[in-house]
Amino acid sequence: MAEPMKIRATLQGDVADVRILMLHPMETGQRKDSKGQVVPMHFIQSVVVTHNGKIVLDTQWSQAVARNPFLGLRVKGAKAGDKIGVTWVDNKGDKRTDEVTVTPAS
Amino acid sequence: MNIARRTFLKLTGGAGALAAACAAGLVSSGRVLAANWNKAGFESKALADVMKSLGANGAIESKDIIITAPDIAENGAVVPVAITSKLPNTQQISIVAEKNPFPLAATFDVSGGGEGYVSARIKMGQTSDVWAVVKADGKYFTARKEVKVTVGGCG
Repeated sequence: MAEPMKIRATLQGDVADVRILMLHPMETGQRKDSKGQVVPMHFIQSVVVTHNGKIVLDTQWSQAVARNPFLGLRVKGAKAGDKIGVTWVDNKGDKRTDEVTVTPAS
Repeated sequence: MNIARRTFLKLTGGAGALAAACAAGLVSSGRVLAANWNKAGFESKALADVMKSLGANGAIESKDIIITAPDIAENGAVVPVAITSKLPNTQQISIVAEKNPFPLAATFDVSGGGEGYVSARIKMGQTSDVWAVVKADGKYFTARKEVKVTVGGCG
């Protein structure tokens, strides 16, 4: 099952610095297990980041993205209290959505 | 007919929710999750094919793209790469590891109001150039940086 993401959105001026950590095996389809069987591909294909419901980042990933992927981005025109939503979908159709609120810089 | 999108809808069974989201104007119909996954690009094995799939043939090298990556990556399974584009009106950023079995690692579409900055961690099979392919104002620009890999991350 999809594990929850860790998302942090901190305001720096009018730009929100968003850091996302997803928990996912990201199997490449090239690795073999202890029995010599190829471990099938299992990776996040798409990640969409929204700012108050509007898409700000639409990504397409391959299996070459590292295990437990990290994604960092900056969202312009953000204010404290704005909602940042993140949704990922993997190649098996599994998906997960999490949402956080932008916090002012401390 | 977009086959990838059909598959996606069937797999998730979320057709209703998506239809509602589309109706609400949250997600434009052409950009539903995984709908436009660049299958040709991600399955290309040569740099030239990747460039072609991105439509970036004849891209111009630009000094306004900054790749932040280690000179030497001890572990090829986790190579942090950040790309900053100072080009005006940056729309799309792609990360390509030239000598990976499948070079195209990720494409980021920032046209919706994100800044020209993304950071992610990729796997690299061996020492190679990492390319940033940036689409800005309808044109394509590239930059590259060599990353030496001590232990490959593809095995």
